[in-house]
Amino acid sequence: MPDALEVVGLHAGYGRILVVRDASLRVEPGEVVALLGSNGSGKSTLLKAVAGLLKPEAGAVRLFGKDVTGVPPERLVSNGLALVPEGRMLFGPLTVAENLALGAYATGHVQEVLERVLALFPVLSARLSQPASTLSGGEQQMLAIGRALMSRPRVMLLDEPSLGLAPRVVSDIFDVLDELRSEGIAVVLVEQDANLALKHADRGYVMRGGRIVMEGPAADLRRNDDVRLAYLGSWHGKEPTDADLES
Amino acid sequence: MSTADLLQFVASGLQNGAIYALMALGFTLVFASTGVINFAQGEFFMLGGMLVAAEVAAGVPLGLAVAGAVAATAAVGALIERFALRPARASGALTLIIITIGCSMLLKSAARHLFGPDERAVPAFSEGEPVAVAGAMVQRQVLWVVGLTLLAAVALTVLYRWTKLGLAMRACSVSHDAARIVGIDTARVVMASFALAGALGALAGAVVAPVTQTAYDVGARMGLKGFAAAVLGGLGDPVGAIVGGVVLGLLESGAVAFVSGTYKDAVALVVLLLVLVLRPQGIVGRHLGEKL
Ligand SMILES: Nc1ncnc2c1ncn2[C@@H]1O[C@H](COP(=O)(O)OP(=O)(O)O)[C@@H](O)[C@H]1O
Ligand SMILES: [Mg+2]
Repeated sequence: MPDALEVVGLHAGYGRILVVRDASLRVEPGEVVALLGSNGSGKSTLLKAVAGLLKPEAGAVRLFGKDVTGVPPERLVSNGLALVPEGRMLFGPLTVAENLALGAYATGHVQEVLERVLALFPVLSARLSQPASTLSGGEQQMLAIGRALMSRPRVMLLDEPSLGLAPRVVSDIFDVLDELRSEGIAVVLVEQDANLALKHADRGYVMRGGRIVMEGPAADLRRNDDVRLAYLGSWHGKEPTDADLES
Repeated sequence: MSTADLLQFVASGLQNGAIYALMALGFTLVFASTGVINFAQGEFFMLGGMLVAAEVAAGVPLGLAVAGAVAATAAVGALIERFALRPARASGALTLIIITIGCSMLLKSAARHLFGPDERAVPAFSEGEPVAVAGAMVQRQVLWVVGLTLLAAVALTVLYRWTKLGLAMRACSVSHDAARIVGIDTARVVMASFALAGALGALAGAVVAPVTQTAYDVGARMGLKGFAAAVLGGLGDPVGAIVGGVVLGLLESGAVAFVSGTYKDAVALVVLLLVLVLRPQGIVGRHLGEKL
């Protein structure tokens, strides 16, 4: 069985500025892969290039063995890819219901999928006729994930879903993530909170200066001294405690 | 001034206002989905009138001629998007706006070559004497103008609110990147909004031609009026466009009634300048630059 997502030697950037260099990663169906790295290391750029928002300069992107390098994003959705982008990119003036309907724009509306999304995020049910811009930060993030799920993706790219959210909301969102995995969806998770991400991930990759400099099983990365120093320790302003690592 | 006179001015304000509203809708639809001000919008108006005149002269029944002119101008709008603007998409809003100015000049000279330099008449949509409406004597064609504008506004509302294309158009008016990641082919949506803008401009040009006559060079003046109305309505909001059109029409009538007919055409310019000075975000908004 081919990988759900396979990225090989990808180079991508903005105009003449090359940001991501020679990045390779793979995700199996039902696997959650964390993509770590400090601010500006190129994580979002890599996701944008995979999702087609940026045209790769070199390298290849394959979805279930099918080459989709350089395919525009509007055609990747029907190939099973969904991006929950940095900053969420909701349609603020449109209602929650319309945002969800737009999630199914390419693949067609299925009532059961909508019901499933509303079951995963019950708060959205009460807000269906409200403009998305009136939601709280946590609700907006749920809507962004819900909108992506409306296209029944088999590969999901999540860019910092916990950014700026209260811990309780974050834990709700990560519960949903665990459920997606159990349904066989492949997930690439970009996360500021490396500890949290590695807790929920099966494997992880670490980016630095646009390159992937480390990869391995999540448990190994959590114990790796370099990762702890560079990404776990610094983000919390302290070294992770043993309790952190055991939890 | 008598009440009857006043009503007469209101009626003529509404007639012009309806036409400006259609034009403003054309500007607004394109602006909402692209962030571009389409300076060829006035030529869509010109094409509507001139094509009907030419078709009627060639023996085409009037109703069919109007439908044909609207459809043909919609196609012109779509072609402009596809072959003049889309190849330059990456160059930013200002370049695209300049391209629309080029298209406008091209359409005007093409019309002059095809249809000649003379003024053309178009027969009224229905025969008969003016009718009395609330004390004002109104030409039957004015009822067509107002009626068809209302019909177009309702149709557009239905399209915008309740169809998949309308939903995609509203999504594009928020962000093209967001629209693309949910699977919307933004290029097709932009093309559709240009086609709609063409249809609306042509409808305005066709329905008012029996009242005003038409010629190859009527586009620029009407383009300015429609643009002023769109800006007055907040540029990008369809309801605002309709309100802006009607308000501009009534303001012009007021200027004619209370000041002098000489200043009628200056009203749109004054409105434009005032909005630019007092509410510049009405023009520049969050759209420009971020869009295409
Ligand atoms: N739209 C852009 N245009 C030019 N450079 C950009 C753009 N977005 C990000 N960058 C640059 O690319 C680098 C990586 O950014 P990004 O992929 O957002 O990193 P991360 O998501 O890991 O924080 C940064 O140096 C940033 O300045
Ligand atoms: Mg980022």
